[in-house]
Formats: sequence, structure tokens, C-alpha cells
Amino acid sequence: MEYIFGLEFIYLVASVTYIIGLKMLGHPETARRGNLIAAAGMTLAILGTIFLYQGEVPTFIYILIGVAIVIGTIIGWLKAKRVQMTAMPELVSLFNGMGGASAALIGLIEFEHYHGQTLSIVTILGGIIIGSISFSGSMIAYGKLNGTFNKPIRLPKYNLINNVLLLGLFVFAGYIAWTHSESQLFLYLIFFAALAYGILFVVPIGGADMPVVISLLNSFTGLAAALGGFLYGNMVMLTGGILVGSAGTILTFAMCKAMNRPLSNVIFGGFGDKDTTAAEGGSKVTGSIKKATVSDVAILMNYSQKVIIVPGYGLAVAQAQHAIHELEQILESKGVQVKYAIHPVAGRMPGHMNVLLAETNVEYDKLAEMEDVNPEFNSTDVVFVVGANDVVNPAAHNDPSSPIYGMPILDAENAKQIIVNKRTMKPGYAGIDNELFYNQKTSMLFGDAKGVIQELINELKGM
Amino acid sequence: MTELIDFISNNLQMIYIVVLMIFVGVEVIGNVPAVLHTPLMSGANAIHGVVIIGAILVMLGADPENKLALSLGFVAVVLGTLNVVGGFVVTDRMLEMFKKKK
Repeated sequence: MEYIFGLEFIYLVASVTYIIGLKMLGHPETARRGNLIAAAGMTLAILGTIFLYQGEVPTFIYILIGVAIVIGTIIGWLKAKRVQMTAMPELVSLFNGMGGASAALIGLIEFEHYHGQTLSIVTILGGIIIGSISFSGSMIAYGKLNGTFNKPIRLPKYNLINNVLLLGLFVFAGYIAWTHSESQLFLYLIFFAALAYGILFVVPIGGADMPVVISLLNSFTGLAAALGGFLYGNMVMLTGGILVGSAGTILTFAMCKAMNRPLSNVIFGGFGDKDTTAAEGGSKVTGSIKKATVSDVAILMNYSQKVIIVPGYGLAVAQAQHAIHELEQILESKGVQVKYAIHPVAGRMPGHMNVLLAETNVEYDKLAEMEDVNPEFNSTDVVFVVGANDVVNPAAHNDPSSPIYGMPILDAENAKQIIVNKRTMKPGYAGIDNELFYNQKTSMLFGDAKGVIQELINELKGM
Repeated sequence: MTELIDFISNNLQMIYIVVLMIFVGVEVIGNVPAVLHTPLMSGANAIHGVVIIGAILVMLGADPENKLALSLGFVAVVLGTLNVVGGFVVTDRMLEMFKKKK
């Protein structure tokens, strides 16, 4: 009895560390400690579960568990330590999928032990369905982010097919539970159908929306873990799972809000799915663009007082974060004040741009958030837009017919001079023209971000 | 129907926890700066690795003769560990970069 009490106490402590950990993760100064506290709680819970278990267990099972944990630790540790900063979002997706798969496997094994107990079977089937969707969906998201397949694939009537499949899954699960079916065939059928749904669910969604999808699947896995907790009456699984399920859902909505798109739009396809209609929506922008050379831009920046850099997805793709930091340092050494204006959804995930720039040792206070930096554009000599597009598109302010109308943007157009670095004139993710590029004050500097910035640095060094 | 009512009264404690935890989750995330969304998501991702506890329980309770259950359980523990260890380490790496600034 006292052992059980000890374990329950450990679970209570672990649950508290998750809450405190998540809370501390929300503040820059305490974030790292918060993560470590939650990790310590997790370690405690795992060790407690193994060593305070009540019941006869053959030694070889303990050895198997030990080996499994060692394997998982080594692979997980190495993967996490070696990943490039730009590849971080896909790794999060990968780990998320592992958790989902783990939850689904638990359900597959436990099914036969709960025959006849309707609600336990419902819990198990729920865990299998949600865990499998989370697993296969995360793997697709992983593949999309690392570029294995980045084109959205859409079957005809994919929304209809997906919804019918999802409905079918639930009806089938209900059937199994209510008829007390003991069929392993049905069990595996539902498992594979859920895997298929996860794939079909994510495949039509564009790469730029993956952060939202990962966040959503993250909360799914939390829910799957919580269902496991319900099954075993295990408090730490229940609290941890529900906490992540709930927090993950809120985070998903926060990300959608930053992109000014409702979640339904991301999932069922809004403008992301039909580039043609999107291009037609929104007024056509006409006019001519001005091209600038690297030395023009170098001279302009050299004699400026204040430069604001607007980094975007393109900067991350070109891995130009080190180059941009060097450019910033050279300009600072020449007495130019430099800042970075970070749009909430810049990069591949909200906050990802901050992580990327922080990696290159950019001063934390040089990273300005949108609300703080927007009033400053008026007094800025040069705005340097690198690989960003929709987040500086003035159509969000002044064109009600535009698909991005109402999205909060960086007011780069208010600066005295605007330099835009892009590889081509191709529209951004939203597939719409950007009138900023045709602005009188704008000059386009075409080329790969890394190469162009390097040339700029060389020019500036020579001045 | 009676089964459902039994279930609710038998598990009242867990239902309380679920409801309260939902509110805790919402409160904890509210008003977090966008800068920290990625690390936060990554941290939450590591926490749902708690599913590993379930995987361990499956192994501990498995019939030693049931090879299928043992192999699936083994895989579940490996995957759960990946989720936990990878999740926390990658979050730490992200946050490490924020820290050395000040």
C-alpha cells in the first residue's frame, strides 16, 4: 500500500512540474529552466513507474524495457543535438508522430484485455484512432517540411472523401464497442483506416500551413496520451495529456490568429488551395518595378542612419541568417542603427525566425516585434526585406478584395526607401501580387538571399 | 445508459481532473509572446511523451508468453522515449540560444 501511495505522490509531483514547466516556458527568462523542470518530472515519473510497480514481472521484461529506453534515448538525443536550426520544426513533427504511434500501439495491445467493457473499449479505440492520425499526419508534415514532397496533393473531392472516412471510422469504432466484437481483424482495420485518414488529412495542406497542422496534431497526441491515462486510471498520463491537449489547442488558435486565417480555412482549404482564384481575388497590381544593383544598395545603406531588416521564409530557406547578422554588424560598425522587424509568422513557425537569428548571436533587443516596430518605419531610411512577401503586402490594409485583407502586417511601405530581395517576381505563399514591389520608393534586388547579402557585405567592407 | 452513469460515478475524480486541466492548459498558454510559440510547442510536445508511462505499463503487465504484445510494447517504449528525450533536448537547444543573450 505504501508503495502505491509513493507512486501516486510521484505522479502528483510530476503533474505539477508539467504545469510549472509550461508556465515558465511562456517567459523568455524562465523558459529554459521550465523545460528542465518538466523533464525532471518526466524522469521521476518514468523511474517511479518502473521501480514501484506492484506485481510479479519476469526479469527479462525489465531488461527489455531498459534496452528500449536506452535505444530511444540515444536516437532521440543524437537527432535533437545534430539537427540544423532551420530543420527544427520538422523534428518536432517527427517526435510528435512517435508519441502518437506509441499511443496507438498501446491500444492495439490492450484491446484483447478489455473485451466486454464497452467504455474501456471506446477509450482504447479512441486512443488508436487519434494516435494513428497523429502519427501518419506528423510523418506527412515532416516530409513536407523537409521538402520530400512539398506540393499539396488533392484527390478530387478530397474534403468529401476525408469527412466520409472520418465519419466511417467513428461509426465503425462504435460498432465494435457496442457489439462487443472481439475481432482482431476489425481492430487492425480501424488502425490502418486511421493511418490512411492521417495521410489524407495532411496531404492537401500546403507547406506554409504545416506549423498549424503540427500544433494541432500535437494536441491530438496529448489527447491520445490522456485516453491511455483514462484506461489505466493513471493520473500522470491523464494530467500531462489533457494539459498538452488543451494548451496545444490554444496554441493552434494563436497561430491561426497571427496568420489571420480561421482554422477551418487551413484544414479545408481556403486560399491556400486555389492559387488561381486567389490571384484573381484582390486587385491586379500594375506598374513597373525598379531593379537595383548590389553596389547601389551598399551605398544607400552605408549613408543611412537607420536600417530595418524584415526577414522572411526565404531567408530561412537560403540559410542566410549568419550572413544577415554579419551585414548587421558591418552596418553597426559604420554607425548605422540596425533592427530586425519580426512578423509573428515569419519563418516556418511562429517564433522560428527569432530562434534562427538568436542562433547567430543577434542581440535579443535588436529583434523587434511587429507592434513595437511598426511606428518606427516612418523614421527609417532603408527597409531591407529579405525573402518576405505577404507580411509586408499593403493590400492587407487597403484592398478589401484581397485574400489577406485584415492580416496584421509590417508597415514597411512607410520607410523612406525599400529594398526587396527575392529570387524572382513569383508571388508569395498567398499567390497574390504585392503592390509594395511597384512602389516608387521600392527597388528590387534579385538573387539568392545568401549570395546577395554576401556581396553586400563585400561591397560595404570596401567602403 | 446505466453503464454510462456507473462509469461517471466511478470515475468522478478523473472527470474532475480532466475538466480542471483543460482550464489550466488554457490559462498557462494565454498571453505568451509569439517569439516563444515554437519552443512552447516543442516543450508541450515533449510533455505528451508521458504516453511512455502507458507503454511501460503494457510491458510490465504483459503475458511473458505473448511475443506479439511484447514486441509491440517494446516498439511503443522506444517511440515514447524518442518523444520524451528528443522533445526535451530539442526544446533545450532552442532555448539555449535565447539565454546567452543577456
